Amino acid sequence: MDTAHIPMPAVVHVSQMADATLLIQLTGSWQLRTGVPELTEIQQQLDDTPRVRQLTFEVLDMPAWDTGLLTFLLQLLDYCQHHQIAVDQSGLPEGVRRLLALATAVPEREGARRGASRLSWLAQVGTATLTALQSAPELCRFIGEACLTFVKFALGKARYRRTDLVLLLQECGAQALGIVALISFLVGLILAFMGAVQLRQFGAQIYVADLVGLGMTREMGAIMTGVIIAGRTGAAFAAQLGTMQVNEEIDALITMGIPPMEFLVLPRMLALMLMMPLLCVFADIVGMLGGLIVATGLLDMSLLEYLNETQRAVHLVDCGVGLFKSVVFGALVALAGCLRGMQCGRSAAAVGAAATSAVVTGIVWIIASDGVFAVLTERLGL
Amino acid sequence: MALTVPRITIQNMTMAYGNFVIQRNLDFHIQPGEIFIIMGGSGCGKSTLLRHLIGLLRPALGNVLYDGASFWHASPEERERLMRRFGVLYQSGALWSSMTLAENVALPLGEYTDLSPRQIRNVVSLKLALVGLAGFEDFYPSEISGGMRKRAGLARAMALDPDILFFDEPSAGLDPISSRRLDDLILELRDSLGATVVVVTHELASIFAIGDKGVFLDAETKTMLAVGNPKTLRDASPEPKIRAFLTRGEDVTTTA
Repeated sequence: MDTAHIPMPAVVHVSQMADATLLIQLTGSWQLRTGVPELTEIQQQLDDTPRVRQLTFEVLDMPAWDTGLLTFLLQLLDYCQHHQIAVDQSGLPEGVRRLLALATAVPEREGARRGASRLSWLAQVGTATLTALQSAPELCRFIGEACLTFVKFALGKARYRRTDLVLLLQECGAQALGIVALISFLVGLILAFMGAVQLRQFGAQIYVADLVGLGMTREMGAIMTGVIIAGRTGAAFAAQLGTMQVNEEIDALITMGIPPMEFLVLPRMLALMLMMPLLCVFADIVGMLGGLIVATGLLDMSLLEYLNETQRAVHLVDCGVGLFKSVVFGALVALAGCLRGMQCGRSAAAVGAAATSAVVTGIVWIIASDGVFAVLTERLGL
Repeated sequence: MALTVPRITIQNMTMAYGNFVIQRNLDFHIQPGEIFIIMGGSGCGKSTLLRHLIGLLRPALGNVLYDGASFWHASPEERERLMRRFGVLYQSGALWSSMTLAENVALPLGEYTDLSPRQIRNVVSLKLALVGLAGFEDFYPSEISGGMRKRAGLARAMALDPDILFFDEPSAGLDPISSRRLDDLILELRDSLGATVVVVTHELASIFAIGDKGVFLDAETKTMLAVGNPKTLRDASPEPKIRAFLTRGEDVTTTA
């Protein structure tokens, strides 16, 4: 075998024979990696030649061929079928003929090919709105079922595994302490820092303690913990339930007569509603610690000054408001995570989309409900 | 001979996803104690038909009756009560991945019986042994092979000795010996427990070994082509597609 084997380029040549027949001559190495001609190269010639009835092939000096030749020939056969030109395949190598026969054995199923539809901008907005409207009853049904499941739980009739609940408590609560501590500390620090800069101008830097204390207990403790848990646990719930959906595990629960709401969603909601207030208290304390660092480090307050002022400003009501909010946020994050998980489509990409959606939905619901709470607490004078 | 009420009746049923029709005008009965095969080419809606029978999808038209009583027009509670008589084996086993095999099989037992934990353990060991998985009680689904997962799914489907069993492609992915053992198990379940079995499968060997009756669904015409005993359909069906399917492409003549 020659060592420096330069493959011959693939060449196709069309020539007209008598009696409305075209001869297609194929030479060279027709392989994918060395490049093959496209149909367009000879299509002009085919179009220009009038009243062609038949096509024949002649293969000269073709040392090798692979899929490259087959794709070219399939396109050519397709073209001939559209233009009612008969094709005489006898000039082709036998292997090529057999493979072409296999490729055309099962006809294309009608309606299976999906057209690429480019909707106008207005149509896209319309479709998105309609999809959003259709998801509203589903959301209501999910929330309704969740409430009914809670009633069953209160009556002691809910069917779930204790081990699942305990495991979830550990995952949502104990394992989140690290990140909650870090973020709350920094939030307290930042609140104090922002306040300090302004308040120092009026000599009112003692009120940094009030700012951090009230800010953390009433709002930031619950919100920041809620957002962290939404990202951490809400996504996890959606991914867990979404993967179960893909594996038909939720169908198996349904056909076995075990409602997924009781078995899967209830323990998750309970776990978050129990752990969120505890995490919130933890976040409040660590946040005030962050404020303390700024107060003693930057503002030259003493530890006792800071603690006394905090104690004066923060009342039980403030802590209570924050804790109540955190329970509600916990329920919302669990609902969002489980809802998106159960709505998940049946593919890997769908699980990812469900997790993302769970986080976004959870955070949006947290902030929206916080707005409602702000108005409510103002009205109620809390 | 008294006319027995069929265990399952499919009455003029049409299955559709929205506007896309999958199969229409399906009409057949399954008698008690019969092993019924749902056959057809790929994508014709066999698994979808199974999901309509077990209560996961609602028919677009028509009805499903169990022992003469409507399944889809009943209240959700009645439907749930009926569903407790089913045992379902899903295509990949659908084992709950956070539980061991023993816990998987034990869940329905714990839910619907009053057995003590020790008794449940005994039943679980028996069911796993019947499918050839003795000793694997404490393995998680991710730790065993696909074929073993399927067999564990079967053990779970059989846990309550249901009187109607549904199998979605039970032999897919099983080696020939396991497939044969599965066939023997299905026959035994029917003979000793009197179970009615509905199987979705392509495996010709199994179809002829265990099938009493079957329905052939066609993807092109989107309806059923024939109902009958598989051997009779193979030898004498007027439909060339059915004969080609049941002879693995050997019989492609267009007349019977």
